[in-house]
Amino acid sequence: MKANMDDIAPFEFAQSARRRPRCRPAQFARRHPMAAIAASIIVVFVAAALFAPLLAPYDPAATDGVNRLQTPSASHVFGTDTLGRDVFSRALHGARVSLEVAVLAVLVAGAIGVPLGILSGFRGGWIDTIVMRVTDAVIAFPSLVLALTLVLVLGPTVVNIMLALGIGAAPSYARLVRGQVLSLKNMEYITAARAIGATDIRIMARYLWPNTLPTVIVAASLTMGTAILAEASLSFLGVGVRPPTPTWGGMLNEAFSQIYAAPFLSVFPGAAIFLITLSFNLLGDGIRDVMDPRLRTIDHG
Amino acid sequence: MSPRHGKPNVAAGNRAGPGTPFVIAYVMRRCLQIPFVVLLVTLALFFIMHLLPGDPIYAAIGESEASLDEVAIHQMREDLGLNDPLPVQYGNWLADLARGDLGRSFKDRVSVGDNIKGRIPITAQLGLMALLVAVCVGVPAGTIAAVKRNSILDYCVTIIAIFGIAVPSFWFAMLLIWLFVVTLGWLPASGFVGIWEDPWPAIEHMVLPVAALGLTLSGSIMRYTRSSVLDVLNQDYVRTARAKGLNERTVIIRHALRNSLLPVVTVVGLQLGYLLGGSIIIENMFAIPGLGRLALDAINGRDYPTLQGVVLLFTFLVLVVNLLTDMSYAVLDPRIRYS
Repeated sequence: MKANMDDIAPFEFAQSARRRPRCRPAQFARRHPMAAIAASIIVVFVAAALFAPLLAPYDPAATDGVNRLQTPSASHVFGTDTLGRDVFSRALHGARVSLEVAVLAVLVAGAIGVPLGILSGFRGGWIDTIVMRVTDAVIAFPSLVLALTLVLVLGPTVVNIMLALGIGAAPSYARLVRGQVLSLKNMEYITAARAIGATDIRIMARYLWPNTLPTVIVAASLTMGTAILAEASLSFLGVGVRPPTPTWGGMLNEAFSQIYAAPFLSVFPGAAIFLITLSFNLLGDGIRDVMDPRLRTIDHG
Repeated sequence: MSPRHGKPNVAAGNRAGPGTPFVIAYVMRRCLQIPFVVLLVTLALFFIMHLLPGDPIYAAIGESEASLDEVAIHQMREDLGLNDPLPVQYGNWLADLARGDLGRSFKDRVSVGDNIKGRIPITAQLGLMALLVAVCVGVPAGTIAAVKRNSILDYCVTIIAIFGIAVPSFWFAMLLIWLFVVTLGWLPASGFVGIWEDPWPAIEHMVLPVAALGLTLSGSIMRYTRSSVLDVLNQDYVRTARAKGLNERTVIIRHALRNSLLPVVTVVGLQLGYLLGGSIIIENMFAIPGLGRLALDAINGRDYPTLQGVVLLFTFLVLVVNLLTDMSYAVLDPRIRYS
């Protein structure tokens, strides 16, 4: 996975704690048109995934021996595949797997990474050492290799793929949050919390965790993109969710074997993966710009 | 400019004073950490492999011989050490590893180590060429975008960079194959020729896989270069250079670029994981008999010793390269202190 999560600058807490930029949707759209367009594309994809059974003109699994490898037409807008299945209906249903896996993977990554990062940054000492070395070990596995191995061990179900991708992404969250907690924990409000007798657990849960949230949201948006790519890669390699469940990666795998006979088959699933990944990246960039004024001044200064 | 995980802490006001002892101490500490992390990796890998469903004995002897009688199977388990307690098995495996013995493939009983060794040059050729393409495209494009920021050129580069990050390498490869192989017929669809054996066919075969891997990678390098150069262009010494009348070219090439490429170097190093993962996909699409292909064949054939070997090699490479990039950072930038 590419390192686009790494250019998340630490959220500048000190300046914006009191005057966090209030950003209404219309204002956000005017200032960040790309991010707004990206957000609308994401909404469309989510709707497509949610209502796939209603929207799909055909059953995604229904084969049609007569109409095999049809080029796009009025009755099959994206054409039909080797078994005569409607590519548009399959692409709609493919959105379900993609988004489901990605959302769950991000939640798993956050659920593991954020608490570990807070604990590691706040407590320091041997806890920090152990957490950091374990993240070193996990990060040393190339993410696709780790996902392939874990899916092989656990079996190719949606839940296992999401676990595999989530575990792979968790260390980045832990490190990101840890870095942030390191700078937060010496701030006056934490000292004040200590002075009034707040327990460590309370400080971490009530005072540290909410302030790491902006960074985590940006990271989550960027990880959504990488998780969708990773899921598609697994399916493309034939290690993802098993057919006949339609997945974009699986559809591309079939399309690849037909690249001479029916090149149009690869266009739509590929474009879908590309568009949704692009949108999550642009949205993440937009949110970061809103939340991190420092970065904006660098860009336009 | 915020380099990645393992990000160095730039302490405030530490520009003065000698940096070297800190660097040496840091490098030594990092080197000492490596065995610990490697041990963790092997431990994780060992237990992952033992969580695998199915009795490894059947994988080892092959399905056809699965009808062997109980006694013979028990004997084989004994011979293969599968009856020992797990910690003992782990210890034995580790001892073998330390001797450089990665075991034998379940599939064809070939030594995993030899098999991997034979494939390293192939994947190295693909990976290094892709990296070269990514840097040669990404660094100049990112620099131009930063220098001409907020121009049409900048927006174009930024958009192309985001496209590079979002496009799945395998889809990009399919589009390239469709254009250059299916439609134009200019390049071979698949296969591999070593660059030292026959340079021209080798390049012909490498163009598409290298483009698919390198161009998608160049996106993140473009973005890093852009933000890094922007960072440096805003610094006082660049203004000083301009103020003393140097022309813009000299300011950028002699002053700005030198310092801004530092984080880019580390980012390039950290993309190794992407390259190795990408090689699995690309080698399979283009029938390149490298490590990525070996890994996927091992996964599909449930050939655990081979998979273990490849994964170990990949993780070890990533660890070493991460260490080297961190060290280069420490050596090249005296402002950075590692705590």
